[in-house]
Amino acid sequence: MSTAGELLEVSLGPQHPSTHGVFRMNAVLDGETIVKLKPVMGYLHRNHEQIGEGITYIGSFPFTDRLDYFSAMSNNFGLAIAIEKLGGITASERGEYLRIIMAELTRLVNHTAVTGFLLNDMGAFGTPLLYAFREREKILDLFEAASGSRMMCNYVRPGGVRQDVPEDWLKQAKEIVDHYPHFLDEFEKLLTENEIIRQRAQNVGVLSKELAVNASITGPMLRASGVDYDIRKVDGYSLYPRFSFRVPLGSVGDVYDRYYIRILEMRQSVKILQQALKDIPEGPAISPKGAAMGKAPRTFRPAKNEAYGRIEAPKGELGFYLVSDGSPQPYRYHVRAPSFVNLTVLEDLCIGHKVADAIIILGSIDIVLGEVDR
Amino acid sequence: MSLPSLETLFVKPAILLRDLFPESARPWVSIGIAIGAIAAVAPLIMMYLTWIERKLIARMQNRFGPTRVGVYGLLQPMADGLKMLIKEDIAPQGADRLLHAMAPILAVAPAILLFAVLPFGRYLIAADLNVGLLYFFAISSISAYAIFMGGWASRSKFSILGAMRGVAQVISYEVPGVLSAVVVIMIAGTMSTVGIVEAQAQRWFIATPWGFVAGIIFFLSGVAEVNRTPFDMPEAESELVAGFHTEYSGMKFALWYMAEFLEAFAVCAFAVTFFLGGWQGPAVPFWVLTVLGSALIATARKLSLPVRVVATALLLAAGLVWIKEPIPSWMWFLAKTYALVFVLVWLRGTFPRLRVDQLMGLAWKFLLPMALINILAAGLWWFWRDSFIGWFLSAAILALSYWLLILANHPARRFEAALSSRG
Repeated sequence: MSTAGELLEVSLGPQHPSTHGVFRMNAVLDGETIVKLKPVMGYLHRNHEQIGEGITYIGSFPFTDRLDYFSAMSNNFGLAIAIEKLGGITASERGEYLRIIMAELTRLVNHTAVTGFLLNDMGAFGTPLLYAFREREKILDLFEAASGSRMMCNYVRPGGVRQDVPEDWLKQAKEIVDHYPHFLDEFEKLLTENEIIRQRAQNVGVLSKELAVNASITGPMLRASGVDYDIRKVDGYSLYPRFSFRVPLGSVGDVYDRYYIRILEMRQSVKILQQALKDIPEGPAISPKGAAMGKAPRTFRPAKNEAYGRIEAPKGELGFYLVSDGSPQPYRYHVRAPSFVNLTVLEDLCIGHKVADAIIILGSIDIVLGEVDR
Repeated sequence: MSLPSLETLFVKPAILLRDLFPESARPWVSIGIAIGAIAAVAPLIMMYLTWIERKLIARMQNRFGPTRVGVYGLLQPMADGLKMLIKEDIAPQGADRLLHAMAPILAVAPAILLFAVLPFGRYLIAADLNVGLLYFFAISSISAYAIFMGGWASRSKFSILGAMRGVAQVISYEVPGVLSAVVVIMIAGTMSTVGIVEAQAQRWFIATPWGFVAGIIFFLSGVAEVNRTPFDMPEAESELVAGFHTEYSGMKFALWYMAEFLEAFAVCAFAVTFFLGGWQGPAVPFWVLTVLGSALIATARKLSLPVRVVATALLLAAGLVWIKEPIPSWMWFLAKTYALVFVLVWLRGTFPRLRVDQLMGLAWKFLLPMALINILAAGLWWFWRDSFIGWFLSAAILALSYWLLILANHPARRFEAALSSRG
């Protein structure tokens, strides 16, 4: 790399088509090659954690929808698990099943959309993105039927879910889920073997196993680097141990692996969904303790304690840390956001690559600014 | 008065108009007519090219595209033009205002000039230069200056990055582009576009081994030169916002757009001229076309009933009037050109973009050697043109070199992401 020429400093963002929101990368370029890259965050800071400390435990649920606004259901799920741990609440069985169904549907939505966005970042003129959004819409319809809202669902509660799904919902869900593999096949036909995508994505932004573990990367990004770590398997939270599914792992840890891991994870999610939709029992959607908490939020006063609940969100480990001082409000409320943590390796991945690569590396990390900045 | 034949539908009126003037003024008048016709047709082509592209891409993406302005959104281009016209014209602070204003003009002018040597049909050409092919390459490479001027004058980092990419790309792709056209000159023995079309009377050049390869190389370099996907590096939206025209707005931006679309059309039109037989086509009776067209219109549910009836009747009447004639040459030319335009749109709807170094690699490591070998193949084909040896030799050389070049360019292909999993 020559350093004879002058270096060019470019500020990509906060208003830029490919930074997925108000995110900024200060890149120093030598020609087209990136010498230095500094991510600048915080443009979307909304005081999420502080707000959570001023309201009841259950009052935070609508706010969690806005964290990673692509996967509201998973966010609800994470907070519900933390509160359940803190208050010793158990969920009803049907509630657990519904939560798992929602969480896996969310994973489908998220991975489909992020793959579409990644292709947009590579310069495809919207076609893969719109194919992805077509499928996403169907699942959003399901969410709307269950929760009344397409994206800001606010559906999962400690002890189960807010209300049972309407009649016929399970049947509709089954149709959509059964169709999903066909869509994935079509999607893969367009993308997986595509020579341009292979040239663009393979061996670009390689994340080594060591760096991934040391930087506490989680989610598909970690598994693309070949580390076998899936909280659904490790923790076995909720009823996940009941379902049979596999954890796909990558070998290189480049952008292509991260893309392909997501496709494979979607196939596994479909498997989980099919099992869950088949086995879901009848019964109340929420346990009595959870229902009581929903009716009178201020009566929920957990003893002085702390709890950390975490789930395998589509983007990685989503954790909620709660400290109770015996009052109806948490003393400390902290969110461990996977987007934020995964973003920390951006500079390591980008250095030495071209500007165009930085964009797709960012796209393959899969960030949502609502979660990065909170 | 008898109706003019379809073939000379446009030529006849022009000649009649010219003949109104005295003998001495006629050369000038005919030049004026040609310029006027091109100046009138070019913006129209560009406007509807945007409509076609938007509609086609929309269909590829499960959308409808423009539907609100006019039937099938047919007036959308006018609305867009009007919008551009009334937008504020912004020049960034610190910009070189003169160059900033000149660049889009410098981009559009050559794009329109290209139309001068395009044979739209038999006798339907503005200027049959004996160096038509050379003229095409000379004029189309001016766009590199325009791109750099625009990028430089904007004083924006994105613009300058886009401009640098643009210049590198246009210059690089000119080389394989020109070399692929060399074989056309070799075989046709002329650089006149009309001569090249006439040389394809027996066989379109695309139907020979060397012509096939040269046609693809020419088209690819053309796509790269007009900065369209998958070679739209200079204006890479996801990376450089809009590349060299990031800082343009209003009518200046519209001019950039116009230049791009006109050049895209011109590239398709020249590819048709050089390789796809230009305006020549099989002698299909004209009435077949009108019957097909009227069936299409009669079943178009969006149009109101009276419109459908009148249009169908008009079309059928036209078929009846010109019942003895075959499909005229200019229709063949336009049909082939728009078929190539469809390929352009199709590419855009399908492919992501290459990276800048890969783009250069494709030009220098693959297209250039291929174009050079193609010259040899064309020579062999010509030497043994009467026997099957020439066909065999040229095809074999091209296939072998294609294979070798692919092998050389991909030393270590990774076929599968090795995936292990735990149950």
